[in-house]
Amino acid sequence: MSIKPSVTVAVSGLNNIDSPGPGIPVIRALKESNFFNVRIIGLSYETLEPGLYMRDLVDKSYQLPLPSAGIAVLLDRLHYIHQQENIQVIIPNFDSELYNFIKIADQLKSEMGILTVLPTLNQFESRQKSVLNDFGKKNDVKVPFSKTIFSVNELLTIEEEFNYPLVIKGKYYDAAVVANFSQASHYFHKISNQWGLPIVVQEFVTGTEVNVTAIGDGEGNCIGAVPMRKLYITDKGKAWAGVSLDDAQLIAITNQIISKSKWKGGCELEFIRSNDGYYLLEMNPRFPAWVYLAVACGQNHPEALLKMALGYPVKPFQRYDTGKLFIRYSYDQIVDMQQFETISTKGEL
Amino acid sequence: MNKLPYERPFIQKLNLGVMNKFGSKTELEPCTHIDGVPVKKLIEEYGSPCFVISEQKIRNNYKNAVRAFKTRYPKIQFAWSYKTNYLDAVCNIFHQEGSWAEVVSIFEYQKAIHNGVPGDKIIFNGPDKSKEDLAIAISNNSLIHIDHFDELYDLVELVQGRSLKVRVAIRVNMDTGVRPIWDRFGFNYENGQAWNAVTKIMSHPELDLVGLHAHIGTYMLVSSAYAVAANKLCDLMQQVQNRWNQDIQYLDFGGGFASTNTLKGAYLQASDVIPSIDEYAEAITATVLNFGFKQDKLPTIFLETGRALIDDAAYLLGTVVATKRLSDERRATVMDFGVNILFTSFWYDHQISPAQHFSRHSENMTLYGPLCMNIDVVRENVMLPLLNKGDQVVVHKVGAYNMTQWMQFIQMRPKVILIDMNGRHHVIREHESLETMLRYEHVPAHLKTISL
Amino acid sequence: MHINSNVAISDSGFIFNPLTGDSFTTNPIGLQIIEMLKNGLSQQKIITEITTKYLVESSTVEKDLRDYLSMLNSYQLGEYVN
Repeated sequence: MSIKPSVTVAVSGLNNIDSPGPGIPVIRALKESNFFNVRIIGLSYETLEPGLYMRDLVDKSYQLPLPSAGIAVLLDRLHYIHQQENIQVIIPNFDSELYNFIKIADQLKSEMGILTVLPTLNQFESRQKSVLNDFGKKNDVKVPFSKTIFSVNELLTIEEEFNYPLVIKGKYYDAAVVANFSQASHYFHKISNQWGLPIVVQEFVTGTEVNVTAIGDGEGNCIGAVPMRKLYITDKGKAWAGVSLDDAQLIAITNQIISKSKWKGGCELEFIRSNDGYYLLEMNPRFPAWVYLAVACGQNHPEALLKMALGYPVKPFQRYDTGKLFIRYSYDQIVDMQQFETISTKGEL
Repeated sequence: MNKLPYERPFIQKLNLGVMNKFGSKTELEPCTHIDGVPVKKLIEEYGSPCFVISEQKIRNNYKNAVRAFKTRYPKIQFAWSYKTNYLDAVCNIFHQEGSWAEVVSIFEYQKAIHNGVPGDKIIFNGPDKSKEDLAIAISNNSLIHIDHFDELYDLVELVQGRSLKVRVAIRVNMDTGVRPIWDRFGFNYENGQAWNAVTKIMSHPELDLVGLHAHIGTYMLVSSAYAVAANKLCDLMQQVQNRWNQDIQYLDFGGGFASTNTLKGAYLQASDVIPSIDEYAEAITATVLNFGFKQDKLPTIFLETGRALIDDAAYLLGTVVATKRLSDERRATVMDFGVNILFTSFWYDHQISPAQHFSRHSENMTLYGPLCMNIDVVRENVMLPLLNKGDQVVVHKVGAYNMTQWMQFIQMRPKVILIDMNGRHHVIREHESLETMLRYEHVPAHLKTISL
Repeated sequence: MHINSNVAISDSGFIFNPLTGDSFTTNPIGLQIIEMLKNGLSQQKIITEITTKYLVESSTVEKDLRDYLSMLNSYQLGEYVN
């Protein structure tokens, strides 16, 4: 048997909390790789991200400046971390940091030789909530009709185009299903006060929510896709348990989106299966927190991403196990004050 | 024994959700010199606060913008937007570089004439031009950009029957996909207003429709909106050509290019997200070039870029008046400058640097100005080193709108200094004083004496 | 001021208050002040110590010390003694 190549990979999203980030599942997938021997550098924003303290998964961790500090500061910090650790690949997992990482991807490669597998800025922007209609048109997938509005009065003028119930969505977060104008205007104000304008008004599609975790190679090939239905949802709307589905049509739609958009990297597609077919609700530009289910079903997407980054040939997965469940659980790690002190005062652990 | 440098004692609760300090050091990097001149020396000589403008930076910005457009398109003319900064010295740097003048009031118009700008190189914009103002612009052969029908009819009254050829343009507003639509200035494109205005102008031989003008918004974050605007203006130009065989000589795309100041509430740093001048240039020039005009009929492209050329060329120097603790234990720092002279702090999170070296410790604080007024907040939240009374700071990118929108409230407006290409510094505007204010007041005789 | 005896202070400036569960960081001069308080030095004596060692006016130290002590008190790390 040949010796597995060793790789140092930096991974963010170590917030394995009740509304978890994808970092730890991605790391778990990489650590179980049959192909690579992976050393993990954790990248964190908070000192209480659980992944920081999971020493069997994360070999060494560093704090990053918040995305709002800007690109120059991020590059400075990555230069420092790279000097210590000689990172070969970075897998960012937070929505809010992706913009910056996409912007510096070329620089990371040319200045430090650090590789990434990320969507282009155009791909990243094309799937924003506010332009979902265009995304649907371009990729030939049904989306709930939606419109971006800036004032409550516009709600009145769109009543011709929409029927209640509607979904009122914030620019970044928050959504409410409303049954009439007075509810709609209530949520318009409530959500816009918190997240600002514009507000997205969306057709409410009834049906079952199904999600797909997928990965594209940027050339139009869908390397892997595993669909899942949530079986139990937390009060924050996150999956607590889910099951992998055998749904050829959903896989076909996913293949089509990945191929038409030439998506590069991991992603999560959120669909509603309704009586008249599948509607795409959202496309998240990174692996979901439940990506390990794909690994358990026989498709190690994070490993495939690592292979792509390092230039190994990657062939599309042909099959996956259906009827496999994931059931999330929480676990109280015990941590000495000293470890907390180290990450708090030195910024590394 | 030599004494050690002092730093005030400081304690901070961990995990308060404020920005972690690892990697955020550039915010704390001191700014000790501007164009090679020590900040300390500038404050010593000119007082605190004071504005400092870099001639070098202005010229570089201008040359870079001209390069971005001229390398893509043969006929380009910039016009300096007076309202952005109308200090004569600043205007004349732009005029020396070849910029015309773009004014929006008769006061600005007079300032341009006073600076020696030939009348036919002044673009007269804005919604408020009286008949007298228009008469002056006509006599100087200036370019009059008509904003509304009332102005158009005033103009018609002035010129009707006279043997004149008055050069005019109309300002056109339109939907470029960006919200909110700026529809309060000019004539709307989509509902046919603009076409009606053109028709009215073409029915008066005394008026010569030479240009079309769009100014689609301010601080535009998507360059593609300019491509939409360019396409609509080109289309209007083509229609005028088809209907009256009239050649429109120029398309004016106004301003609105963003500067690298970060807007309040924005999550990412402006310098990371705003389009470059080249992206704006590409959006505009590519659209006009590809519209299908014949080479000899290509319109000149006018640009009235203000903010993007001047913002980062000016600094505000200031001094800490006091540090205090608010009732919720937040640190508050009172500066000797506030919203009175830094009007833009209402919408920007201005970058602020210490002007001297500090240790790596920093704390989260609110920066207040010196006004006895609750709205006088320069930064609601900023990580700065452990500042003490008397420490000096540099506010960056303050060149646009501050030196025109500043107000005289409680405090006098400070000096403005220009550092020239050779590092010499000049006062280009004096600070105001009690005399400045008293010069405009009259006290009736019966109020001249008091006895307390 | 009396520093509460169960407060844990490390050389790196990390402070943990087992009473409240809060943790803090302080800078080197803050650490020195806490040490001096632990050793029972009066505020006046602390000001003298600092002005001897550092380039600073005693009025500045007096203001800063007042503020620092108020923070220690508010964070329940120390108590004023008359």
